[in-house]
Amino acid sequence: MVYYTPMDISRIVSLLGLCLLGLCACEGPLNNPYPARERQANIYYASFSERPKHLDPAVAYSSDEYRLIAQIYEPPLQYHYLKRPYTLVPLVAETMPEVTYFDQSGQPLPADAPTDRIAFSEFLITIRQGVYYQPHPAFSRDEKGRWRYHHLTPERVEGIKTPLEFADPGSRELTAEDFVYQIKRLVHPQLHSPIAGLMQRHIVGLADFAADMARRYREEKTEGFFDLRPYDIEGVRVVDRYHYSIRLHGKYPQFKYWLAMPFFAPMPWEADRFYHQPPLQEKNLTLDWYPVGTGPYMLVQNNPNRRMVLASNPNFHGERYPDTGEAADGPAGLLRDRGKPLPFIDQVHYLLERESIPAWNKFLQGYYEASGIGSDSFDQAIRFGVTGQARLTDTLAGKGVRLQTAVAPSIYYLGFNMLDPVVGGLDERHRKLRQALSIAIDYEEFIAIFTNGRGIPAQGVLPPGIFGWLKGPEGINPYVYEWKNGHPVRKPIEVAKKLLAEAGFPGGRSPATGEPLLLYFDTPGGGPDDKARLNWYRKQFAKLGIQLVIRATDYNRFREKMRTGNAQIFVWGWNADYPDPENFFFLLYGPNGKVEHGGENAANYHNPAFDRLFEKMRNMENTPRRRLLIEKMQEIVRRDAPWVFGYHPKNFTLFHSWLHNVKPNMMANNTLKYMRLDSADRARLRRLWNRPVWWPLGLLLGMMALAVVPAWLSWRKRRQATAL
Amino acid sequence: MTAYLIRRILNAFPILIGVNLITFALFFMVNPPDDMARMQLGQKYVTEEAIDKWKQQHGYDKPLFYNGGKSGTAKLTETIFFQKSVRLFLFRFGRSDSGRDIGADIRERMWPSLAIALPTLLLGLAVNTSFALLLVFFRRTYLEFGGVTGCVVLMSISALFYIIAGQFVFGKVMKLVPISGYDSGPAAIKFVILPVVVGIVAGIGSGTRWYRTLFLEEVEKDYVRTARAKGLSETEVLFRHVLPNALIPILTGVVAILPLLFMGSLLTESFFSIPGLGSYTIDAISRQDFAIVRAMVFLGSVLYIVGLVLTDISYTLVDPRVRLQ
Repeated sequence: MVYYTPMDISRIVSLLGLCLLGLCACEGPLNNPYPARERQANIYYASFSERPKHLDPAVAYSSDEYRLIAQIYEPPLQYHYLKRPYTLVPLVAETMPEVTYFDQSGQPLPADAPTDRIAFSEFLITIRQGVYYQPHPAFSRDEKGRWRYHHLTPERVEGIKTPLEFADPGSRELTAEDFVYQIKRLVHPQLHSPIAGLMQRHIVGLADFAADMARRYREEKTEGFFDLRPYDIEGVRVVDRYHYSIRLHGKYPQFKYWLAMPFFAPMPWEADRFYHQPPLQEKNLTLDWYPVGTGPYMLVQNNPNRRMVLASNPNFHGERYPDTGEAADGPAGLLRDRGKPLPFIDQVHYLLERESIPAWNKFLQGYYEASGIGSDSFDQAIRFGVTGQARLTDTLAGKGVRLQTAVAPSIYYLGFNMLDPVVGGLDERHRKLRQALSIAIDYEEFIAIFTNGRGIPAQGVLPPGIFGWLKGPEGINPYVYEWKNGHPVRKPIEVAKKLLAEAGFPGGRSPATGEPLLLYFDTPGGGPDDKARLNWYRKQFAKLGIQLVIRATDYNRFREKMRTGNAQIFVWGWNADYPDPENFFFLLYGPNGKVEHGGENAANYHNPAFDRLFEKMRNMENTPRRRLLIEKMQEIVRRDAPWVFGYHPKNFTLFHSWLHNVKPNMMANNTLKYMRLDSADRARLRRLWNRPVWWPLGLLLGMMALAVVPAWLSWRKRRQATAL
Repeated sequence: MTAYLIRRILNAFPILIGVNLITFALFFMVNPPDDMARMQLGQKYVTEEAIDKWKQQHGYDKPLFYNGGKSGTAKLTETIFFQKSVRLFLFRFGRSDSGRDIGADIRERMWPSLAIALPTLLLGLAVNTSFALLLVFFRRTYLEFGGVTGCVVLMSISALFYIIAGQFVFGKVMKLVPISGYDSGPAAIKFVILPVVVGIVAGIGSGTRWYRTLFLEEVEKDYVRTARAKGLSETEVLFRHVLPNALIPILTGVVAILPLLFMGSLLTESFFSIPGLGSYTIDAISRQDFAIVRAMVFLGSVLYIVGLVLTDISYTLVDPRVRLQ
């Protein structure tokens, strides 16, 4: 047996201490989750809680997917980073698209031609010359011009973990053909693009093309690469190497916004061909997992179980930081980098953080550059001043953390199923019932309780920042609010009670039976987390004497109820695809009714007067006449009240002092290229904030040592005890 | 023993088919293919055509158990159940509903799970047996009473509390280890320390009490009395005689759970952002990815059966009186 003397133990402890000190000296802070070599590197760290489902631009649609692929794929247009209202500018397009209108016989029409004469509109897009794809093996050819990596065998991909590990990547210039190829992919028989149905209604010939491809695909029974190049879409044409055109049915000015989304980003056929090789697919190396783009960044590591890494694209075409912005941008330092080449940051690391608490704590320690604020940590971060203005707490302000807020182009509302015999219908009686409920449901209180004040009560369909939204007394919902002392004030509950009585339910009771009016609230979930919220809704209805029955179910059943029209009252939300009033009002357009047409009109609202105005408004440019139509539409839906207009959420973003050029842009997703960070300052502050605290460990060891004393005493007592 | 093993393997098949059947029925009762398609296709602009196309492409356009439109064996084989379940028995897990190769994912994700589970098990075993031996050594004293009370207190605390408290104390206040994250190779050590410590501490209460029971049962036996009568010290009695004999149930218990270590821990992996198989299953359930859920349930069942067989074998190794027939 080996015995250690106190001297030996002391030496071992000293050695361990020295090792630990050495470790500290090498790695910087002990809790640094990143390798020492990255300490001063120009790397932006961000977290993600759920891995993106798709990175294929034809399929991806959610915000967590866009935050990644928008840095890689470049559609023809983009939103100006600084200008407000949101403005489209060319990205890989040379100029904004030229739009030409045609009548039914194919004759061109003037730009101001009446909408009903326009049978087709054609977008001619000119793309920039000299734009190259990121280095990628899909483009690589050998000396004889043969594809180097288009015929891979399992042996050749042995040990390959990412496509970028192939020895000789290639590249090529972006051409108009790539944009057309991507439009074909929207209806590819192997893909499920969420906008396939929508675009088939707009792009001339796309529906026929989709049917033809589906038939050919079935006949050929292709498992691998199904080449779309030999087939053409009637309305989509490659004019020459740098021009292509898209012909649409009728007038659809909102199409330009779709051209700023990754759905319309270019896709080189070589990439599609390359990734369809079985040896790569067996290794999960697919186009859905490793994008190929022309953007400022390229995906060099994609382990969505742990880390996704973007590195700057050496072939990037040299975009520059904007020269102009809003008036306040200059003083705010947002134009300091004007004209400088983008991107500023070398790498972006997205790290998996499944839970919000560790992510928040790591932000506080300086290991993430920016963070949202979870409800758990809201009180640590924000306090409200006497004027209701959100401010940072002293702790965060002391760390130099900055706060930015922006109202999202979204709306959450409580909807009535207009097909329901109790709450639906456009007659005066039912309308008054809904108006009464609109007053009674106090969304100001909801925002304060359930969103920590992060939202503004909705006055209508449109959120701020969307054309047609009005500020001040003109913009309020006169059926629910009054304008008092420069603010909208919810009407007193007595007004709601009066309306309810006029609707035939005095005191919230049915005169025929004397029983309280029973209404049904359909919702997914209903677990402990939702209890407070659902109780709150019950109380709002109880203000009028109405009894609200909660019908909670799982999400799938809830969606089924919505599809079949079996829900009565529900809460729903919408996040805009693009900043145009059409993208909100279409949620109430009759022919979009969910039950009858499977559309996005969840309330199944159908008012012919509203529909007529919508049909006029949707194809108009943003003119005073359009604004007038919008005001009329707002008035109709406010009066009919198919929704209780809930609130527009307000995003709170925190970021550290070393991160520059941060301006919230709720429409653009490709904003990382504008960010700049001071990595030396970050390293200094990280060291300062993360000095190890040893005394609790000493305390713990001391307590353990103390616990040994009684054990030793007991052992000694036993040793000294006699047998009898 | 070979005959015994073959019999056990053959017995496993009906169990695995049963597990598959139950998983399948439960999943499809809650979540029919239409809902799965909607979940995969997103929230906006989902048309019936898109749903049909998704179902057809993923093989969910067939009847669940019985295809009346086909003839002969195709009535049973041309069904979702048959098509999705049979290949599992060859360990071909296929592709997830989002298109990834499940086998590749499992091979990649089992290592982080093991990196946490294995040290937690081994170190936890050492710590728990040590504490249990100490409690037995000081049996019938106030130290034992205090120790058992402490164990009960530790057992009564939720595992979630240990995780959050561990992250708060060691990661946030003392700043000694990263709060969460993972890396490969030696860089993984600093990420593994905290979850392993938390796992060990969280298991001390129940582990120590269980092993104490085993040791107490052993110290009352005749051979221990004989050893004491021969004049051996209590330390020698415990370590030389009681510990090796009490290790038999401990080791066989450990062998039973060894295969399941691959499956990872749902809570620990989630809070420490460990990219293991535990979080893989949770992700799949929340995404309603039936292909992954089915594969993981099947794998869990197989590993459980393997664990039981290994337990039987380990009995024969540590206890010569046991024979497998």
